[in-house]
Amino acid sequence: MTPIDMAIQAGIWALEILAIAAPVALSVAYITYFERRIIGWVQVRQGCNRVGPAGLLQPLADGLKLFLKETIIPARANKLLFVGAPLMSLVPALIAFAVVPFGETSLFGIWETPHVMAISNLNMGLLYVMAISSLSIYGVLMAGWASNSKYPIIGSIRSTCQMISYEIAMGFGLVTVMMLAGSLNLADIVNAQAGGILHWYMIPLFPMLIVYFISGCAEVGRTPFDLTETEELVSGYHTEYSGMWFATFSLAEYGAMILISLMTSILFLGGWHAPIAALDIIPGTFWLLGKSAFLIFVFIWFRATFPRYRYDQMMRLGWKIFLPWTLGWIFVVGLFIYTPGLDGIIDFWLAWR
Amino acid sequence: MLKRAFKTWFLWELLIGLSVTGRYLFKKKITIEYPEQKTPLSPRFRGLHALRRYESGEERCIACKLCEVVCPATAIWIESEERDDGSRRTTRYDIDFSKCIYCGFCQEACPVDAIVETQEFEYACETRSGLYYDKEMLLANGDRYEKQISANLAADARYS
Repeated sequence: MTPIDMAIQAGIWALEILAIAAPVALSVAYITYFERRIIGWVQVRQGCNRVGPAGLLQPLADGLKLFLKETIIPARANKLLFVGAPLMSLVPALIAFAVVPFGETSLFGIWETPHVMAISNLNMGLLYVMAISSLSIYGVLMAGWASNSKYPIIGSIRSTCQMISYEIAMGFGLVTVMMLAGSLNLADIVNAQAGGILHWYMIPLFPMLIVYFISGCAEVGRTPFDLTETEELVSGYHTEYSGMWFATFSLAEYGAMILISLMTSILFLGGWHAPIAALDIIPGTFWLLGKSAFLIFVFIWFRATFPRYRYDQMMRLGWKIFLPWTLGWIFVVGLFIYTPGLDGIIDFWLAWR
Repeated sequence: MLKRAFKTWFLWELLIGLSVTGRYLFKKKITIEYPEQKTPLSPRFRGLHALRRYESGEERCIACKLCEVVCPATAIWIESEERDDGSRRTTRYDIDFSKCIYCGFCQEACPVDAIVETQEFEYACETRSGLYYDKEMLLANGDRYEKQISANLAADARYS
């Protein structure tokens, strides 16, 4: 490879990264807007509708306000870790998007075979997403440690504990997907669900869909499990943060929320495939984004509906209910796959047979 | 027992909660968007004060100082003297709205319906001195809101 080729390749990568990161950042901003409006509507009020037409400029105003605010670094804090912690939670949330396939395209017939629209169509995609999204725990731990203050460290231990517990249930839930798809490549998993709503994994793996999505709520720290931002427990690991560095944590939260929604639609809801095969004339990306948008709405709907879990209740749900269910479902799926007679039922969803 | 297990494992109560919030999502919103929309006000609403005049243009206030006496916040100052035609009139009638508690006692005390409270409540200003209204300003209020004041007094007359 000549240096020129390498430079061209680097430029293409930069463009690809920009093409994913910029829409993600924009949608993070507008998810906060829609969250406020939807929660407002649920509470029979208007939500923010003052800045610009229907309040659509509100995220810009909020962003401007946050940029102009001072970031206070406590005097006894570890400055390097204190500044690094928000980045440590934001970066994993963003780089996990590298393997998310947004659809398949042959570029209007220019390419002979359809290409997967992902920055990197990694064969270990599913494992990569799990690994990278676990990394954001370090950001939480670092934030609590670097603040050099009692409540943030207690809050960070609480959040870390919550994230690790739910990651186990999440991981085991994904094992069932791997068993059915026979692949860790996200594009292969989606293509294994081709051919209408009946082929989607949400039918044989319905409990896993529920477990994955609820664990996703806990992993991201969304409402029934948002112990990270409880006022009565003195907030959480970001108590000492202010201004843009505080906003970076919520940016990471919303980025991870988009990721969980995309992953749920890819793994359980057929990715870019239409619910009816005939509707595939609409480009797959729209289906994927539509499904994810609905799931993001469900996140917001949860927030408008449910009160917070108590800490011990949350731990009980993770360890005593989700973990046995996922392990049991792995057993059930295995039973269906390997028992003669029963495997006929599951063959419908088995891509690798 | 079976029913309870069903309700637990199918997250029944949570689904009911979601359906309730889902229904409220589409309900008519009850927000009154203030600068454009306003709530209806009672005729007895106690807002900005005004000094009224008779139809002849003569001011009603006879400087009896009942309002000054009854005012629990001592927000009213009155000075008076004998006018050339022999009637007693005020030379100074000031209300400090930063002290006024809008109790309406002055309005009740007034024997000639001179000092009244209007339905006007949007007179916020940036300085404390802006809340200090003298006689001319109060008379101007009376001229400006006379229609509203007399309508409200008429609406309330049969109850008082």
